[in-house]
Amino acid sequence: MSELTRLTLKAALDGLANKDFSSVELTEAFLRRIEAVNPQLNAYVLTTPDRALEAAKASDARRAAGTAGPLDGAPVGVKDLFCTEGVRTTAGSRILGEFVPPYESTVTSHLWRDGAVMLGKLNMDEFAMGSSNETSAFGPVVSPWRAKDSNRSLTPGGSSGGSASAVAADLCLAATASDTGGSIRQPASFTGTVGIKPTYGLCSRFGMVAFASSLDQAGPITRSVEDAALMLSSMAGHDPRDSTSLALPVPDFSQFLGKSVKGLRIGVPEEYRIDGMPDEIVRLWDAGVAWLRAAGCEIKSVRLPHTRYALPAYYIVAPAEASSNLARYDGMRFGYRGEGANLTEVYETTRAEGFGEEVKRRILIGTYVLSAGYYDAYYLKALKVRARIAEDFANAFQEVDAILTPTTPSAAFPLGEKQDDPVAMYLNDVFTVTTNLAGLPGLSLPAGLDSQGLPLGLQLIGRALDEGTLFSLASTMEQAAGFTARPEPWG
Amino acid sequence: MAIDVDTVRKVARLARIAEPEDRLAPLAQELNGILQWIEQLAEVDTDGVAPMTSAVAQTLPMRDDVVTDGGNPAPVLGNAPRTDQGFFVVPKVVE
Repeated sequence: MSELTRLTLKAALDGLANKDFSSVELTEAFLRRIEAVNPQLNAYVLTTPDRALEAAKASDARRAAGTAGPLDGAPVGVKDLFCTEGVRTTAGSRILGEFVPPYESTVTSHLWRDGAVMLGKLNMDEFAMGSSNETSAFGPVVSPWRAKDSNRSLTPGGSSGGSASAVAADLCLAATASDTGGSIRQPASFTGTVGIKPTYGLCSRFGMVAFASSLDQAGPITRSVEDAALMLSSMAGHDPRDSTSLALPVPDFSQFLGKSVKGLRIGVPEEYRIDGMPDEIVRLWDAGVAWLRAAGCEIKSVRLPHTRYALPAYYIVAPAEASSNLARYDGMRFGYRGEGANLTEVYETTRAEGFGEEVKRRILIGTYVLSAGYYDAYYLKALKVRARIAEDFANAFQEVDAILTPTTPSAAFPLGEKQDDPVAMYLNDVFTVTTNLAGLPGLSLPAGLDSQGLPLGLQLIGRALDEGTLFSLASTMEQAAGFTARPEPWG
Repeated sequence: MAIDVDTVRKVARLARIAEPEDRLAPLAQELNGILQWIEQLAEVDTDGVAPMTSAVAQTLPMRDDVVTDGGNPAPVLGNAPRTDQGFFVVPKVVE
């Protein structure tokens, strides 16, 4: 029965439809595996077994009655950034304490509408600020992957490290995640999983704990491209409670899988060949180009000249928005409250004790760049550079239909290795952050292993709202890559 | 050094985060490291470029200015650190 946890979402849904097994059986298999493996990986910060089994029973009843939804009976994990009604939500922060939302995020409500079963809440960097899951108040997540001949614990990436580790280690069929600068795609790349950050506005941000509102987008982490299409088709959709939610119908993204990509023009941006990038990543990128060429795509070199300015611009825009968004954590209405002799002191101790070091660092940067005398020089300048980056993509998409890049400049690194150097940590997102600034969709899929036996991903970037083309290209590449590697068994 | 200890103290105060005196110098160093790296933005020619304020080409939707929710004090107060008779209890604001 333990094999059930290794299925793709699609295979599990087929098995449920064929009555090969019930949702209760499938859910029990995952709950057993979580109990055995999670203490070592720290992927879940909270499990909800009673709720899961109840939902699984209800799903089996719906299936028997012939009223099953598109994801009916499928056990999934939820990043602890999505508010779940009646279930503690912390965003990996001490300051939210034992916060129990009285409402449900729109993205998760779509999954439950379609019949999915929640197994629990997944660990993450505090407020999604991090690239290694080490800033979580619950401690780091461990990747199920290990380098050859090494016992060192590796990061699953971040901020959606719990989501990526859980999907890679068979602790759920699929997981929700969120991406502000690369937080879906970098962990997907590090763990041999698929992740897509859709076009800004495709998924509602209602009920997602806010980090940087103009950059935050929800998306799935899954075991296959097809699974990502299934999850995103459910998670996306217009929501009047998010004023930036796009009022457009959501296509069934599965229809784009396996569609011919012949004649599509693929851009390869020279600016992504950065100094010091490992040869293995360059070779893998070349392999990706070869796969698409073999499938009939036309490969073109494109220029994205402002790429190197994306991360510095991001580290003004994101902290500025964060300093404003996180002002709500004042210890008065919910969450942790510190002690103090007067109101200001209570605010100051609440926030000093409730936030972790990286979050405080970003709030201070954000407060500084927005403060009188610096606003124009930093914040306004960054918004203008952001316009330049969006313009780069607009120009490139005059000539090509999608862009192919590596997802990350390295494979997963050991926990603890980059903790003391914020800028070195930030460089993890050098290839992913550009699409957040421009609001474009980006998909990472596993493409191969490096010499240490660790997964490496390639990223496809598309035009706004052209996720369909990304799914067609990704399913073609997935077949060509034939990525079947799995981490060593756990538990 | 763009940021000195006094600036960190002032910014921490603005952000309502109590930073102990012995943290101010290390913080100044960390923030300067990040800001020095950010300084490279000055190289970008942004003359005549309008700041990008939204990632979507969409005007904000309007709705009628009517009450759509409310009248539920229990869930609103449910997560409060302290409440009393249907109110949030906060430290004294007016002396």
